[in-house]
Amino acid sequence: MIGNDRLAVRKTYKLYVNGTFPRSESGRTYEVSDAKGHFLANAAWASRKDARDAVVAARGAFAKWSAATAYNRGQVLYRVAEVMEGRHAQFCEEVAAGEGLSASKARAAVDAAIDRWVWYAGWTDKLAAVLGGANPVAGPYFDFSTPEPTGVVAVLAPQQSSLLGLVSVLAPVLATGNTAVVVTSKERPLPAVTLGEVLATSDVPGGVVNLLTGDAEELGTWLAEHADVDAIDLTGAPANRAMEFEREAAGTIKRVLRPPAAEPDWTADPGLARMTPFLETKTVWHPIGL
Amino acid sequence: MTSAPPSPAQPHVFEYAPAPESRSIVTIAPSYGLFIDGEFVDGTGEPFATINPATEEVLSEVSAGSAADVDRAVRAARRAFEKTWGPMRPADRGKYLFRIARLLQERAREFAVLESLDNGKPIRESRDVDVPLAAAHFFYYAGWADKLEHVGLGSQPRPLGVAGQVIPWNFPLMMLAWKVAPALAAGNTVVLKPAETTPLTALLFAEICRQADLPAGVVNIVTGAGDTGRAVVEHADVDKVAFTGSTDVGRSIARAVAGTQKKLTLELGGKAANIVFDDAPIDQAVEGIVQGIFFNQGHVCCAGSRLLVQESIHDEVVAALQRRIGTLRVGDPLDKNTDIGAINSAEQLARIRELSDIGEAEGAQRWQPAGELPGRGFWFPPTVFTDVSPAHRIARDEVFGPVLSVLTFRTPDEAVAKANNSTYGLSAGIWSEKGSRILKIANQLRAGVVWANTFNKFDPTSPFGGYKQSGYGREGGRHGLAAYLKGADQ
Repeated sequence: MIGNDRLAVRKTYKLYVNGTFPRSESGRTYEVSDAKGHFLANAAWASRKDARDAVVAARGAFAKWSAATAYNRGQVLYRVAEVMEGRHAQFCEEVAAGEGLSASKARAAVDAAIDRWVWYAGWTDKLAAVLGGANPVAGPYFDFSTPEPTGVVAVLAPQQSSLLGLVSVLAPVLATGNTAVVVTSKERPLPAVTLGEVLATSDVPGGVVNLLTGDAEELGTWLAEHADVDAIDLTGAPANRAMEFEREAAGTIKRVLRPPAAEPDWTADPGLARMTPFLETKTVWHPIGL
Repeated sequence: MTSAPPSPAQPHVFEYAPAPESRSIVTIAPSYGLFIDGEFVDGTGEPFATINPATEEVLSEVSAGSAADVDRAVRAARRAFEKTWGPMRPADRGKYLFRIARLLQERAREFAVLESLDNGKPIRESRDVDVPLAAAHFFYYAGWADKLEHVGLGSQPRPLGVAGQVIPWNFPLMMLAWKVAPALAAGNTVVLKPAETTPLTALLFAEICRQADLPAGVVNIVTGAGDTGRAVVEHADVDKVAFTGSTDVGRSIARAVAGTQKKLTLELGGKAANIVFDDAPIDQAVEGIVQGIFFNQGHVCCAGSRLLVQESIHDEVVAALQRRIGTLRVGDPLDKNTDIGAINSAEQLARIRELSDIGEAEGAQRWQPAGELPGRGFWFPPTVFTDVSPAHRIARDEVFGPVLSVLTFRTPDEAVAKANNSTYGLSAGIWSEKGSRILKIANQLRAGVVWANTFNKFDPTSPFGGYKQSGYGREGGRHGLAAYLKGADQ
């Protein structure tokens, strides 16, 4: 039992890269406050080098994660929901503090975030049937199309919704078999770091998800131009920089998910709109004959 | 005089009597305007000549669309979208497209001859591939027009509006069909810019639109060069941009639409690996290699330009390939026996020569069959480079010509690693008799189209498009239609 006079052991909030929790190589941190301006923590302020390390980790993890069976990926994502459930109270506390929500609203956001993992977990082994199929070509060929992951996806996570928004942009990237480098909400990064701890203990292989706390304005430029990033989600990009990021992304023909005019209602039914931008269609032909 | 006995690499080639397709079926006007709002109008840019690349003869003078002309075309397309084509019953839109498909079939020979004249491709290909596939695309998408709720974008998908489309010179009519048919089926109207060296079949297509009584402004064709294309892409009232062409231009288009709401489809360059395993049926593979790289003079973004042969069969495959290439007939595109026609332009010929010279300078061995090339026009013989290393320019850059680079591998893993070692990812080929191996390798290749024991096959039902810097979005099938629609949540 913990007495009232016990001094709490505070957590050091760090990055999550390649399955480990490093500080920023730059040594930089920044102060994170709650919605009322009270000090919460010093978060790691990820640098360009951290972003590059994260891309290396995500590329390294891609072959195995993309080749995992859809059933396996579904189970891993479901496992994330299970482990999150066990940290429910902690997430509620962090979301309430960071977003300035009442306890009941924070609970609703955390519930929805957990349920979103479950929803996407169920998609992994349906996508090929829904988005692919056999093509009835006019000739003696068996011809079929299947969706495949695009590769390494850089995600600029929403700035407002620090957990539900984050899960809503991350889970579809993983469900489709991609690996992710995520720049979290700058002002509200703490639930993301705790999510990293959940991912680290949920059978998500190291490097599949990399979480960088810091400034999307700064890190976005480097991720948009990085030649080993295949796609970028600009949802959390600062409004005045999104166009520039999209122009930089054009240099290597990255797939770009443009930012919405305003942060969307994350409780709405996600549909396929956050999965199809990170899927390629592969079509295979083979002759039919004796 | 006794002739030398044929060598294994240079077998005796049968002499064929000329068998030219008559060009009398085609009437080419001395000059053409732009097709805007259902009428041919003069462009305000500087007119340019389009030539027959096999003879360098001028075929016609064609208008160049200025930014003002493009604006007129976009306004016509917008009006048609709002007043006629958009509100029309979907089934009627479909019927117009069925009409177009039928008209293309009826006038197929005319289109084939005109395509070969303007592009330089063999009549055998324009007749058997380009034109039939163009008609098939219209027929396929015609049927989609009143079934859009089954595309997968919810119960009420909506068209995007005006589509600006810029197409290349390698398959002029076929690329037009790939772009126009799905756009129209989805309820959009289009402004299309054909390539400057091959505008004639697009202009003949305008006549098809008139014969079909397609409402004015639904299809607008604005000829011109890069500036005209830029004006189409950058026009503020264009909602969708579809481009097929080089990766460099694709990059600049992606930059140009950044920050707008324009949807973008890019079908760009390629450097496809064609992988031949030691258990492949060699004769069949050799036919596939030839088809993969010499089809359409190699002016094919998905051409199998990097041959990856398992080391143990390298010599056998190369010898068989050289024997087969020795029988290919290079010459008059209108001759029905011609296998390889003219290079499309002097500019493209210069690029093919330059990259081939670099190939030699970097240490690869060039092989070309003996034989005379015609004196006039733009020609390049079928060419095979051996001793190519993955670092050579001819193993990395898209040549877009009849030039094959031969590399080797020892293990399946090495084949996959070499095949994927490219900034492109449009297509790939696999030759093997082992089904499980084919499926494994097909899984591992980062390419949008994988041909196993075949190559360069296309069909309107079959999605086509690239991974990586070969572009994004798909053409063909349900995927190609979705690129011209938005769901309720978009």
